[in-house]
Amino acid sequence: MESDYVIVGGGVVGLSVAWGLLSRGKSVTVIDGDDGSFRASRGNFGLVWVQSKGLNQPRYAQWSQQSAAIWNSFADDIHGNTGHRVALEQKGGYSFHFSEQDLYETVEQYNRLKSQLGGNYPFEILGHNELKKEEPEIGPSVAGAILHHQDGHVNPLKLLKALAQGVRNQGGHIVNGRKVQSVTHDTSFRLRCDDGSVIEGSKVVLCAGLGAAELGPQLGFKAPVRPQRGQVIITEKLPKFMNRPSLIARQVDEGGIQIGATNEEVGYQDNVTGGGIAEIAEQAVKTYPILSRAQIVRTWGALRVLSPDGLPIYQKSKTMPGAFLVTCHSGITLSAAHAKILPDWLEGASDAPDLEVFNEDRF
Amino acid sequence: MMRDFDLVVIGAGPAGISGAITAANEGLSVLLLDEQPRAGGQIYRNVERTNQSRSEILGSDYTKGLGLVQSLNRADIEHIHGANVWQIENQNTVYYSVNGTASVCRAKCILLATGAIERPMPVPGWTLPGVMTAGAAQILLKQSGIVCENAVIAGSGPLLYLVAAQMVRAGTPPLALLETQTKTDFLASMRYVTGALRGASYLVKGLSLLAEIRKARVPRYVGVTDIAIDGHDKVEGISFNDGRKKHTIPCGTALLHHGVVPNTQAARSVGVKHQWNDQQHCFVPEVDLWGHTASDGIYVAGDGAGIGGANVAALTGELAALDIARTLGALSESERDKKAAPITQKRNRELAARPFIDRAYPPYANALAPEDSTIICRCEEVTAGDIRQYAKLGCIGPNQTKAFGRSGMGPCQGRYCGLAVTEILAAENQISPDQTGYYRIRPPIKPVTLGELVGLELTEEKESAE
Amino acid sequence: MKIASDFRALEPSDTTQVAVRFNDAPLKLTKGENLAAQLLAAGVLQFRKTAVSGKPRSPYCMMGACFECLVFVNGTARQACMTEVTEGMEIVMHTVGNGDDA
Repeated sequence: MESDYVIVGGGVVGLSVAWGLLSRGKSVTVIDGDDGSFRASRGNFGLVWVQSKGLNQPRYAQWSQQSAAIWNSFADDIHGNTGHRVALEQKGGYSFHFSEQDLYETVEQYNRLKSQLGGNYPFEILGHNELKKEEPEIGPSVAGAILHHQDGHVNPLKLLKALAQGVRNQGGHIVNGRKVQSVTHDTSFRLRCDDGSVIEGSKVVLCAGLGAAELGPQLGFKAPVRPQRGQVIITEKLPKFMNRPSLIARQVDEGGIQIGATNEEVGYQDNVTGGGIAEIAEQAVKTYPILSRAQIVRTWGALRVLSPDGLPIYQKSKTMPGAFLVTCHSGITLSAAHAKILPDWLEGASDAPDLEVFNEDRF
Repeated sequence: MMRDFDLVVIGAGPAGISGAITAANEGLSVLLLDEQPRAGGQIYRNVERTNQSRSEILGSDYTKGLGLVQSLNRADIEHIHGANVWQIENQNTVYYSVNGTASVCRAKCILLATGAIERPMPVPGWTLPGVMTAGAAQILLKQSGIVCENAVIAGSGPLLYLVAAQMVRAGTPPLALLETQTKTDFLASMRYVTGALRGASYLVKGLSLLAEIRKARVPRYVGVTDIAIDGHDKVEGISFNDGRKKHTIPCGTALLHHGVVPNTQAARSVGVKHQWNDQQHCFVPEVDLWGHTASDGIYVAGDGAGIGGANVAALTGELAALDIARTLGALSESERDKKAAPITQKRNRELAARPFIDRAYPPYANALAPEDSTIICRCEEVTAGDIRQYAKLGCIGPNQTKAFGRSGMGPCQGRYCGLAVTEILAAENQISPDQTGYYRIRPPIKPVTLGELVGLELTEEKESAE
Repeated sequence: MKIASDFRALEPSDTTQVAVRFNDAPLKLTKGENLAAQLLAAGVLQFRKTAVSGKPRSPYCMMGACFECLVFVNGTARQACMTEVTEGMEIVMHTVGNGDDA
């Protein structure tokens, strides 16, 4: 059986793309890994985030904004199709600053980007006292915050489950526990998996996260992605006290506080270290002193999927027409764009988004 | 300064105590960390403080632990009680908290002697207040001299008879004893008795407990199925089928037990590989004859390395300590082997009884494959049906079902749902438990507050500044 | 305050009874003894209410593994079965505010 599209990777990126293609009437097969695969979809921070992205590449800021703007309607699609709510909340998010100097340097950067974006970059500066009104538990060492109104968060695990359900509901075919070992292409693509099975499709989208580095060259991609470890803490469930998320901490819909995240270049090691956890714990307690008494229930290390400049890669294969590479660090933020806009680019529609700046030629 | 030890032992049950003593005897510096207020583990819990009447109720298999526990009182073993070990890192660094204050120490070798937990027994209603494990009832008696009145005991295994007999002796016999094993199980086990002297002695012990229970006219039902706990906000009764008809017994407490399984949390958190043991129906860590894992310097002894009971646990603790002494240069290989020979012999004799016990008292089948509406993950209230549904959504292993439905994400960190989730997934996906795998266990293996962690950092900074 | 309980102490306590509070009600418990056992004997059968459904729970394993006996002790979530009674303890049923009457 040959599908219109074979998607390699059953994480949030792959399933979002699959969702979008299915809703356009394409037939789709998704090849997914096993229980032990590196899965950024399972380990991420759940932000739908705009601020601080694309400070050196306004098109990335714009692309994130575009996705954030349609996220709500995507969440409605998900609910309509699967009955699942993914706990999307978009009422702004903070970047916290512990000195006024640091705060103003960031504001200057945001202002530069804002003018490049024609003014569409709605943020405001909150001094300590104003912030305290919004977040009563904020600690005395927080000098102030930037509240960006396009930011928000979602429950990434509910999203992953809903996408897996919705792709099936729409007739998508997901095969689990397989790893693609080789690809050949004549009239169609033939993907041979480690269990000996062969999956065929007219087109292939490589959404395999870190796995793209290995498989990419077979499809004519450089796929220069590398892992970067982020260690994360989650506390016991607490009564709601945090109004908005930040990169330091967010309160998830079930009540736990998720605390992030280290940035470590340690290859494929995804373990947790005492030092790493203590570092983010200290920052979180400094921000919200009330967290001092909270019990840590879980910690984990997960691997970010990073390109050399941290921006997404959208690449059409030059040597194997019909093969596409889609990889990004912000699979949650961009999930809506990947489902609702990216299929136009894959299909070569006349109104396809301009993703030229994200091609691999920049590396 | 971070303190250094030759050996850090985690857990002060028979394996941990014996390991610590043997290592100290070989001149190693030893730190013994235990989360309980007094040494003894669950088997000899509180044995140092027990009194005459409690001793008589609990019996000699309990009081014989006193000598072992008292032998720990020596200057060359540092024993910190009330110590929650929450992280083990780089195979040599141990983080723990005592009374809300965190500390960290370093060890050349680490002996994990974290024992067993009772096999979770998910049956309808098992989350109601008033349901506890049979072991928990025994702990109440050992620790606090508290007995449960108005209780029914259900499940299988030698502990079931022991707890029932102890309740009889305490003057609070259970209202009924519901046994899930069948006469066929018992007959099948008999072939393991011949030739295994220890098996025979277990059998005799079991029969004498049964005689006590019979004498007290405790109603017994054998080959019981369809156990369900009834009640709204607490246990009001227990219903079951004894093969002839459905019964309901009103009661205030339901004590469940169907065997014990290794507590693998600490070993898994440092990446020790585990294997499914079909006979014992659980995962056991991969260790060599000395309890050494594939990770340098990490040893596992006692029930945590595979269920063998208290006597075996003490012997495996000694064996591990001897090999640790050899690793650290305190013993030559031939000295180690010479000291180990009689211990190994004793251990093998003790272990000869296991096949009999495992075959005579298999786990309760309905609790290994619970009906859809039964809660599996008590913390996050995930049902067996939920797990089956996630399997249909493509979840091959427990880490995927964890992400899809939160099973194993609560404070118990999967201790009481992990095996059930693995078995349900294995059955749904028609693959083996080994292929299905288990939760990836990450620190903290016991919850720790953010404040404790931050305090730890500050202490270290202060100390290094001095 | 003493409520009828299925959990009974075999012997009269030979150590000191101290005053604590459970959910604002005064209780006398035995000092230095296991908090979970003492609460059970005092007739407490609801230690926590779950975050998901708000259903009550009570000690299940008594050995620090199941976390069903979580209570707040002086404001921090603790396992009652791993805690010893001290004078003046403020003990509160563990809930996270999503339960029915939290």
